[in-house]
Amino acid sequence: MEVPDVKEKWTAKINEVTIGAARESGGTRGRTITVGGHSTLPLMTFEGEIPHKPVIAGFVSDTAPPWPDVIKAGIGKETESPAEWAKKNVQEHGVDLISLKMIGADPHTKNASPADCAKVVEQVLKAVDVPLIIWGCGDDKKDNLVLPECSQAAKGENCLIGSAKQTNYMTIVAICKADKHKIISEAPVDINIGKQVNILLQDAGYDLKDVVMYQTTAALGYGFDYVYTILERCRVAGLKGDKLMAAPQLCDVAGETYRVKEALADEDTLPGWGKLDRRGPMWEAACAGGYIQAGADIVILAHPTAISSVRTLINNL
Amino acid sequence: MILIGERINAGFKDIKRAVQEKDGNVIKEWAKKQKAAGAAYLDVCIGTASNKPADLCWMVEMVQEAVDSPISLDDNKVAMLREAIKVCKKPPLINSTTAVKEKMDQLMPLAAEYGASIVGVVMDEEGSPYTADKRVENAGKIVEKAMEAGLGPDQIFLDPIVMPLNCMQEQATEILKAVSQFKLFSDPPCHITCGLTNVSNGAKHMGLINRVFIAMCAANGMDSAICNVMDTELVDTFLTAELIMNKSIYADSFVEAFHKG
Repeated sequence: MEVPDVKEKWTAKINEVTIGAARESGGTRGRTITVGGHSTLPLMTFEGEIPHKPVIAGFVSDTAPPWPDVIKAGIGKETESPAEWAKKNVQEHGVDLISLKMIGADPHTKNASPADCAKVVEQVLKAVDVPLIIWGCGDDKKDNLVLPECSQAAKGENCLIGSAKQTNYMTIVAICKADKHKIISEAPVDINIGKQVNILLQDAGYDLKDVVMYQTTAALGYGFDYVYTILERCRVAGLKGDKLMAAPQLCDVAGETYRVKEALADEDTLPGWGKLDRRGPMWEAACAGGYIQAGADIVILAHPTAISSVRTLINNL
Repeated sequence: MILIGERINAGFKDIKRAVQEKDGNVIKEWAKKQKAAGAAYLDVCIGTASNKPADLCWMVEMVQEAVDSPISLDDNKVAMLREAIKVCKKPPLINSTTAVKEKMDQLMPLAAEYGASIVGVVMDEEGSPYTADKRVENAGKIVEKAMEAGLGPDQIFLDPIVMPLNCMQEQATEILKAVSQFKLFSDPPCHITCGLTNVSNGAKHMGLINRVFIAMCAANGMDSAICNVMDTELVDTFLTAELIMNKSIYADSFVEAFHKG
């Protein structure tokens, strides 16, 4: 008896998005990164094409993140200097691009000025030649001041700017169109809002082929399955021909992992859970591995052990 | 939702005149309007206005000069279809074959050769079926023949034959029953379409009947219709029915997004 052909036949492709601009395209990047372009779900290479493997963005912040010393020690003293941290990420850990987050701009922390943030962007651009993802601090009001200056400082570099939400998308569209950057569209683990933000971006005259979707990210054990499902549903919708959902997807794994007790507390408070210096990066890597399986195209990672572990996983895809 | 714009049909006086006087502008205008309204395919039907393949080819060419939409070649004469398919720039939808063996033997290989899709109207040598069971039986023959010729489920559009409500009221439930079974032929299922406007033919409240019927068809698995795409309320009803069937993802501006898309 003939074995029936059970392959899925998808009618559409996920958009290909290139981040970074080389000299000939008006930037200064030594290399660019392209994500997306799939005509099937992750791992299903027998059903369609997966022209680009997922990429790793090295986490960098303008000021050292509020993570446990033991985790920061694993990364190195460079967490105190964004430029040095970015350089180490690229040169020693081989990340594909840098994700630069302005956590110091948050009015509740250091309240760094937009000009200071722009300087950090310039320093990181100078220190490394990989493409950049630039985030604000997450406070819409402040980000409306910070992101325009950061965008201007990276004009023409074709960065990925994060993030456009229902509340601030007009500003993000304006700066990304003016300075030639790509956009991260963000929704709070909500596929319907995700689609709505993309509609708004399109209405504002932004080409959805230049968008990467970000359904926020949940750390392993804290709603991981919700985000996993949404990543998968977004990908399926895109492959079925929903042009509003055909964007590649991003997960901020490091940013979320080092907010949960399993990746923050050492053995003294979690007896029997093992040493944090191993457990933290394991939590990070396991979370990233799951999201890659669900359809993440860019994962943001911080700890060298997690980066190397996820790199091995990606190489084996 | 695959909308097939019905308006470029020589059954309409302006199109008939356009064909007779070779006035391409009327056809081009309808092509542009229907595409803008969301038609995925544009049905081109010469009907009784001419029996010359060259005239049908001319209609197709006029549409293609105006828009890049694929064509639904609406003719029941194989000779006409053979000529017209050659001038289609994109793989067309052959509209249509029946479950009559002789016809399927000619049209299925033609569709396969050109990578075209095909509408399979579920009538046979005995004419239009009266029951759901007979509709399903004929649909089965069409699907089998299409697959033998190498067509995939996404290239097959089954048409249950819609009957006017005002004179064959009992047919509507048979049609809905048949539609719900058509989708069981394969996984993924074939497309299911219909000549929607026929349901309200001669009725007073045409728009209302069309809208309600398409929603009920969609609830049973229909995903396409040959219809008046200029009827925004009809299109929005179908769009919403597909959302309710969880075939597309909800967003607050789903209606606006479709019409701008």
